[in-house]
Formats: sequence, C-alpha cells, structure tokens
Amino acid sequence: MADVLAYAEVRDEVAGKGAREVVGLARSMADALGGESHVIAVGGPGTAAAVTGLSELGVARIFVAERPDLDPDSPDVAAATVSARVAEGGYAAVLFPASARGKDLAPRVAARLDRGLATEIVAWELSDGALTVRRPMFAGKAIATLRFREAPALMTVRANVFSPETREGAGVVERIDPVGEPRVRVTAVEQGARDRLDVAEATIIVSGGRGMQDPGNWHLLEDLVDALGDEATLGASRAVVDAGWRPHGEQVGQTGKTVSPNLYFAVGISGAIQHLAGMRTAKVIVAINRDADAPIFSVADYGLVGDLFEIVPRLAEEIRSVRREG
Amino acid sequence: MNTIVCIKRVPDSATRIRIAAGGREIDPAGVKHVMNPYDEFALEEAIRRKEAAGDGRVTVLSAGPPETADALRTALATGADEAVLLVCEATHDGRAVAHVLAEEIRAREFDLVLFGKQAIDDDNMQVPQMVAEFLGLPCATVVVDLEIEAGRAVARREVEGGHQVLEFDLPAVVSTQKGLNEPRYPSLKGIMAAKKKPLEEKRVTLSEPGLELVSLEEPPAPAQGRIVGEGPDAVPELVSALRREARVL
Repeated sequence: MADVLAYAEVRDEVAGKGAREVVGLARSMADALGGESHVIAVGGPGTAAAVTGLSELGVARIFVAERPDLDPDSPDVAAATVSARVAEGGYAAVLFPASARGKDLAPRVAARLDRGLATEIVAWELSDGALTVRRPMFAGKAIATLRFREAPALMTVRANVFSPETREGAGVVERIDPVGEPRVRVTAVEQGARDRLDVAEATIIVSGGRGMQDPGNWHLLEDLVDALGDEATLGASRAVVDAGWRPHGEQVGQTGKTVSPNLYFAVGISGAIQHLAGMRTAKVIVAINRDADAPIFSVADYGLVGDLFEIVPRLAEEIRSVRREG
Repeated sequence: MNTIVCIKRVPDSATRIRIAAGGREIDPAGVKHVMNPYDEFALEEAIRRKEAAGDGRVTVLSAGPPETADALRTALATGADEAVLLVCEATHDGRAVAHVLAEEIRAREFDLVLFGKQAIDDDNMQVPQMVAEFLGLPCATVVVDLEIEAGRAVARREVEGGHQVLEFDLPAVVSTQKGLNEPRYPSLKGIMAAKKKPLEEKRVTLSEPGLELVSLEEPPAPAQGRIVGEGPDAVPELVSALRREARVL
C-alpha cells in the first residue's frame, strides 16, 4: 500500500506537460511512502505510444487500456478502468491532472471507490504516515490543509505547480482490458480557431480588462502574446467577458479560472477582489494601468503606470528584441 | 419533463474571506450569502424547459444548514415549483453531500438532474459526477449548450481551447457553465407566489468525511511589489527586471 498511481491524460495522441507533472509528482510521493510509481492511460490507438516515454520519470509500471474503438474522451470507460486498476493495485494515492478531463474523471473514480477526493492540490506532505495536502478554496482567498483518513488518497493536481524530474525508470507498457460501457458518447471535439493554450495551462498569461476600452483593441494583447511565444496565452477579466468582448473560457477569477502561471500581465484591469482571487498565486505579476491607485498594484510584483495603448506595443517590441538577442 | 436542480448557498464572490478563530472555518461576520452563481444557470435551464414544454415540475434540492432555506426561497421565487432542504451541518466533503443528494434523488421521479459546475466556496467540482455515479446515470459536466429531444440529449461542454459534443439518454446528470443561458431575477410576482410554494425540510446524517479539514488559512500576503515607472519609457526597465531579477523571460 505504498505505491502511487498517476492517470496520464493523452490528448491528440500526446501525453503532454500535464501528464508529466502528475507522473513526476507520483514519483515524489512514492519516494516518501517507500513505494513505486505507476501510470495508467486509457484510450484509442496511439495511447500506448504516447505514454511509453513517461518511463523516464522514474515509473515502475505503465498500464495501458487501448482499444481501436475506444473514445479517448469518453469518461465512463476511463472511470471504470481506472477504478478497477486501483482496486486491484491497492494504491496509497491516485493522482489526476486538474484539467477539464481530469476534473471530470476523478470524481467518477472517487464515487466508484467511495473515497474522498481533494481537488486542485498545490502542495503535499507526509505527516505521521498520513498524506496531507493543501488546496485553495474560495478561488484562492483561503488555503485549506486536508488530511486523508483512508486510502487510496485521491486528488487532482493543479497545472504549473509541480515540476517532474527525469530519472531512471523500468516501466514498460503492460496491456490491460478496458472495463465498462460508455453512458455518454463524445461525437465531436471542436477545437477553437486559435492555436493557443488554455488559460489554465499556459505559463504566461496576458489578461485584458475594461481599460482596453473596446474588443477591437485586443490585437494589441494578441501581438504581445505572440511576442512572448508558444507558452503564452490570453486571459480576460470578468467585466469584459460579461460585456461579451471575450469568451468565458478566457475568464480569470472566482467565477472563471484560477491560474498559477509563471508570469501574469494584468492590462487595464483594476483588480476586483474576485479577479485577484483567481491570479494571485501567479509567480510574477505585472500590472499595467493608468490609475496608480488601482488595487491590482497591491498584488503586482512590477507595476507600470500609464497609457496601455502606448505601453503594450512598446512592450511587445522590447520583448521581441531581447528574445532575438537570446 | 421533471427536473431536479441541486443548489448551494455560498458567500458572494465579492466577499472578503476572513478565517474565524480556531482556523477551521470562515468568519461569518459581514458575509453576504447568495445562491451559488453557477447554480443560477442550472435553475434557469430547468425553468426555461418547463416553460417551453408547458408541463413538468422543477424541484430545487439542497443539503446544508438551516439558513440554506434562503437560497431555496430565492429559487422558488425565480420559478421553481417546490423545494427540498436536507438539513445537515456545513461540510467541505463533496462525497458526503453527494451521498445524501443521491439518496433523495433516487426516491423521486425525474428526467434530468442539473447542478452548477462547481460551488464557488469549496471549489470541489465533484458532487455532480459523484451523484451521477451513485445513481448509475450518464453525466455531462461544464455544459454550455444543451438540447433535448425525445429523451435524448446533446450537450456541448468546455474543454481546454474548445468544446466536446456529448450524446446521452435521459435520465441524466448535467452540470452547467456560464454561457448556457442568461439567468433571470426573481420578479415581485414570483416572490409573492413563492410564499405559497412547498419547502420541505428533512434532517439527514452525513457520512464521515474521507478527508479531515486540518486548517483553513488566509493566503500569504503578496510580496511588496514596486512601480517600475510611468509610460512607455519605463518598458525597457520592466523587461530587464523580468529577465534578470524575476528570471521569467
């Protein structure tokens, strides 16, 4: 009962950064518990190929339920298959990414196993033999410390918090049978036109607020995102989402997404309490606002006071120039 | 079509959260409570479906302390037909809540169970899926579009950078996301009518939580930042600080 299982999410036949983060965390927890770290993936063709490389994160065993007709996005078969593996393996902990699919799946597994679940953990420790985790509540206005009272300890893991370490692992793919029938069928996956990361996944976020004045001005922020590279994406305040200027998927805050990027630009955002709750755990916050008294400056590491329509283009230009120099 | 809408009473999102002495719960002083914002989309969806169909019943259901009746009365005033409150202590434990809700729902006739995608206090985002599993029903979460015809549903749910289209049979559990509809406010007429609508209260016992809440803390105060300068001329200094000091560029 010292092993830890990580659910590796495979999207477009790739086990991405989110998968690597939970697999890396499973290894760290298994070290503390004196057990092995295992990986499970469920999906259609390409699933096994996508997760083979995770072995380099110190993984001892990799379980893959792959079947040609299996929809990688169908939650029911994934829930039943993971639950069956957990029941058989007797794990101390089971980790899921706190992605859209992971947060949909983990409670299903928890219900099947009739265990408690901690959502979006940001820290953990082993104290007196019990796994203890920390997670934000009230969109980050409070931090809860929770101790698991029964095994397995089930949790989803917030993106961009834990960094995986490469180390030797003997894990090779072991085929297991998918279990259960889909109650829900995924008939289509519509990817947005933008080829950008989701705001919950990006390591750099450029968020715009009402100070942008008009949705037609967003090209300035898009250009800044482009200058910052592939790891950057757009965010938005609730005010501009409610006004219909930007899609809800971009909203950062208590009624949007809570984010922890390495770098967060708040552009023309005054800093309502429900917005601050959603982004205050960003590692570095830059605020650009014409009002030097705006509350956003109270959480910002770096502030620039002035006209964003002058500052943002200059900032994009400067970032391009330093990135060219390397 | 009969719909059960599960709601929760939560502190308003504009509330400043302070931790009460003892470090296990929030200080209730000055906290304004509302129906969980995401539940408003679930309630609106149920009322619209009933209005469009011309028949059916909308039941609002909640598990929580006695004050939760406020939120249920708001739901009745908005257009729900009846309310059920499962009276229990407040808990952070999603599984315990899912158990008592599932038990109540199992005893009722329904076609659809709606939830908000998550409650903005605990942010657990797990009760809808757990209830669906306990009842053995299809479940779609974070739904922004829902069409139902002849007992079959097509839902669009938000995922990173796009949407999934899901198909499933009723009865089913659906959790709703902003964008599904524009929730209405209770009208004066609705508020008057709500006084005559049934609000049943039942005492329930929660299962032991799988996780013990050890403590609740306010997040660390942000590090004292600095104003780098004013206007575009300060941009090079900002970029330099981000590269050399913060090392994030």
